[in-house]
Amino acid sequence: MKTPILEVEDLTLHFGSITAAERETVIVYPGELVGIVGPNGAGKTTFLNLITGYLRPERGTIRFWGQDVVGLAPHQITALGVGRSFQIPQLFLTLTVRENVLVALATREGRWASVRRPLHEPARVQAADEVLLQFGLLAQADRPAGELPEGGRKLLDVAMAFALRPRLLLMDEPTSGVSAREKFQVMDTLVQALREGGITALFVEHDMDVVRRYATRVLVLSNGRILADGVPSEVLEDPEIRLAVTGRR
Amino acid sequence: MNQLLIIAVDGLVFASWLFLVSVGLSLIYGVLRILNIAHGSLFAVGAYAGASLVVAYSTAGLWAPGALGVLLVAALAAGLVAGPVIERGIIRWTYGREPVMQLLVTFSVFLILEDLTKLVWGVSPYYAYQPYQLLGQVRIGGIDYPAYSFLLLLVAALTGVGLWWFVRRTRFGRVVVAVIHDPEISVAMGVNLSRVYVTTFALGSVLAALGGAFTAPMISVVPGIGVEVIVLAFAVVVVGGLGSLEGAAAGALLIGLVRAAAVHLLPVLELFTIYLVMAAVLLVRPLGLFGRVEARRI
Amino acid sequence: MNLPRGALGVLLVAALVVAGLVLPRWLVFLLALALAKGVAVLSVVVLMRAGLVSFGQGLFFAGAAYAAGFAMRWWGIREALLLVPWSVGLAVGLGALAGLLVARYRDIFFAMLTLALSMVLYGVLIKAYGVTGGSDGIRIPTPTLLGLQLSGDDARLVVYYLAVAATAAAAWAVGRYAAAPAGYLAHAVRDNEVRVAYLGAPVSRIVYAAFLLSSGLAGLGGALTALNVGHVDPGLAYWTTSGELVFIAVLGGTGTVLGPLAGAVVYELIRSYAFKYAPYAWQMLVGAAMLLIILFLPGGLWSPVERVWRRAQG
Ligand SMILES: Nc1ncnc2c1ncn2[C@@H]1O[C@H](COP(=O)(O)OP(=O)(O)OP(=O)(O)O)[C@@H](O)[C@H]1O
Ligand SMILES: [Mg+2]
Repeated sequence: MKTPILEVEDLTLHFGSITAAERETVIVYPGELVGIVGPNGAGKTTFLNLITGYLRPERGTIRFWGQDVVGLAPHQITALGVGRSFQIPQLFLTLTVRENVLVALATREGRWASVRRPLHEPARVQAADEVLLQFGLLAQADRPAGELPEGGRKLLDVAMAFALRPRLLLMDEPTSGVSAREKFQVMDTLVQALREGGITALFVEHDMDVVRRYATRVLVLSNGRILADGVPSEVLEDPEIRLAVTGRR
Repeated sequence: MNQLLIIAVDGLVFASWLFLVSVGLSLIYGVLRILNIAHGSLFAVGAYAGASLVVAYSTAGLWAPGALGVLLVAALAAGLVAGPVIERGIIRWTYGREPVMQLLVTFSVFLILEDLTKLVWGVSPYYAYQPYQLLGQVRIGGIDYPAYSFLLLLVAALTGVGLWWFVRRTRFGRVVVAVIHDPEISVAMGVNLSRVYVTTFALGSVLAALGGAFTAPMISVVPGIGVEVIVLAFAVVVVGGLGSLEGAAAGALLIGLVRAAAVHLLPVLELFTIYLVMAAVLLVRPLGLFGRVEARRI
Repeated sequence: MNLPRGALGVLLVAALVVAGLVLPRWLVFLLALALAKGVAVLSVVVLMRAGLVSFGQGLFFAGAAYAAGFAMRWWGIREALLLVPWSVGLAVGLGALAGLLVARYRDIFFAMLTLALSMVLYGVLIKAYGVTGGSDGIRIPTPTLLGLQLSGDDARLVVYYLAVAATAAAAWAVGRYAAAPAGYLAHAVRDNEVRVAYLGAPVSRIVYAAFLLSSGLAGLGGALTALNVGHVDPGLAYWTTSGELVFIAVLGGTGTVLGPLAGAVVYELIRSYAFKYAPYAWQMLVGAAMLLIILFLPGGLWSPVERVWRRAQG
């Protein structure tokens, strides 16, 4: 058996009377592509916030590559090789699109405090442009990120997480701002990049077709609880599960 | 035992002054989410208005106790004129902009008001000691206190109760609370934000001026008194939790008592007590005693 | 940093060197004062680029100025090339301490905490009469340069050239910082702290580093001011000193290094006249000007020039 990348046990958090996470237990192995589904307010984003240190659990353990990370800050967990993209894109809106990626690359190199050479080093600019090309953003490279349309912001947000070349990537609704037509196209790009980089990933997704097509495994959340965990084709056929996720039979 | 009493009395008096000069700052922050640096100048304007009117009133030889009423009128007039003018004329253009930029705008207003007071009232000091003298002394535990200090306590208490009543018992007060809690939902429910903002700013300005007017008889009113006040008021409000009225009261009490203790027990520390209290509270509770954590949704 | 801008810098330094030889003495003195202030304004700019406004740079400005005064008074050190590094070092030390408290805060908290700290220093400087000379302050005798005794006009000119050299060095350093990852990460913190953390960089250390750089620059400005004026007093720590620096930063804009420096020179020239004619309306003018700039020209007075410059470069 391969050693797990992520082990979550008994993870619990409440916001007042709201149960955001209740005894969640998950183990993720290298190479998996795990879809996380569930109705609005199920606790999907909260799950990502918890395991990346943005929120602190009331109870439970979280381990990446065997290392206990409860109590670590997001930047420490990120430095372990965990990348994340966001449901609401988190960009540097007054920097250009290229600079957003350059900052990510410089940080990945561990040079966030460096003053020795400029940010726009030729080699780094080239690397940034490769990332932008991959995500179809190269034409907008010199525009401030704040001028990007919704879909572009979403892509840039994911691109920045990719630029970190993490070993584990967590994506919160990577295709939500993208038009229905381009959804599969974007997912194809993402999945190919994941494969090329040997990256394990978890992604939150509302579109069941996307999950069925791309995920190797699916986690179903509802009211902070894990209702089901298994192969998409089986799990998503269960009428009870479908009702819980979509409200329809 | 006696010393404890002295510290308690001094502390309470100082706390009531702190509460008076800071509660308006907290109120405005709570509703408008703007730290009004000009609060200090509004305090100064109140002090000048109060002092000059009291001097005029006393020289005219009118009924002496009326001077207290004059202070109140001066504060109301100063706040009700300056507040709406500043909010409608300047502050409202900054709603929704970055906090740093709003801060610079209220700082600009502060600079302008500092010189305006000099232009209106000149630079020589005003002494409006009449109300202070009028009330004489009271003896507590064998020590004489100026009765005016207790008037200050009374004014602060009435202000506190008045605000509490306004916030909990009036329709408009409940609207204000709703806006403090969630501006977006309030607007969705039909609240007229502009009206709430201008009214709150006027009320906050009146409170600042009230603090100034009732301080005037105890000090010589000179240019520059506003700065110290904004720093002190900020410290109080931060200790209590920005935007919380109960917080302003708690912060004032805590700082007032600690400072009184320092004055009597460790005089070297007097200058620093407020900042020490602030630093200590912030280390334990970064958002102040009554501050609420608002994690950003991501 | 592109070449034309570097060339512009060399040209400006050359112009300042010539200015020292041809301009009347009083104007040279004024320029030295303006440059010293300009360096201190850069300290505000560094923080503003990280989204932070400090109303308390006077803490470092005065701290360094008094450090020079004490070194002269206690140890009889008069060598300018020792005094300046010592003063800057002390300012950075102060920054390292103050930063432990304030680097955790943003927005109004940061602004007011820095203001409070500088006002504490002001209070101490006034009250500790025996050490600081109270509100009279300390006289700073004429410095020496490389052991050379200087007199009157020579000394002034030497201090001027020291200011030119220090300003050029500070401008170069800030420009380099701004173009490097460290500077961009500070900018990124202003835009979105959460994302910076999720890139794996520690936000509080980025802010702390910017704060240290800023305290050093403010200290350099303070030390130069002390040597130039020949006297230090608590007013250097007063909020008006810090507020002035913030105003000039807004005036010159925070997008460039030259903007704030040019802003400082313009400000100092206008002030030396206007203050004479309208002593009680000066702050009001400053306040009104700042309001207008913030509301209508958020990039600073320099920003239209900058735009034209960029367009000219294609
Ligand atoms: N910081 C917070 N403070 C209070 N309540 C919160 C906070 N963050 C999330 N919640 C609540 O916790 C529950 C789970 O929220 P979460 O954002 O994790 O849901 P989600 O599954 O991501 O939903 P969506 O599909 O809408 O993104 C919701 O009821 C939400 O309102
Ligand atoms: Mg979500």
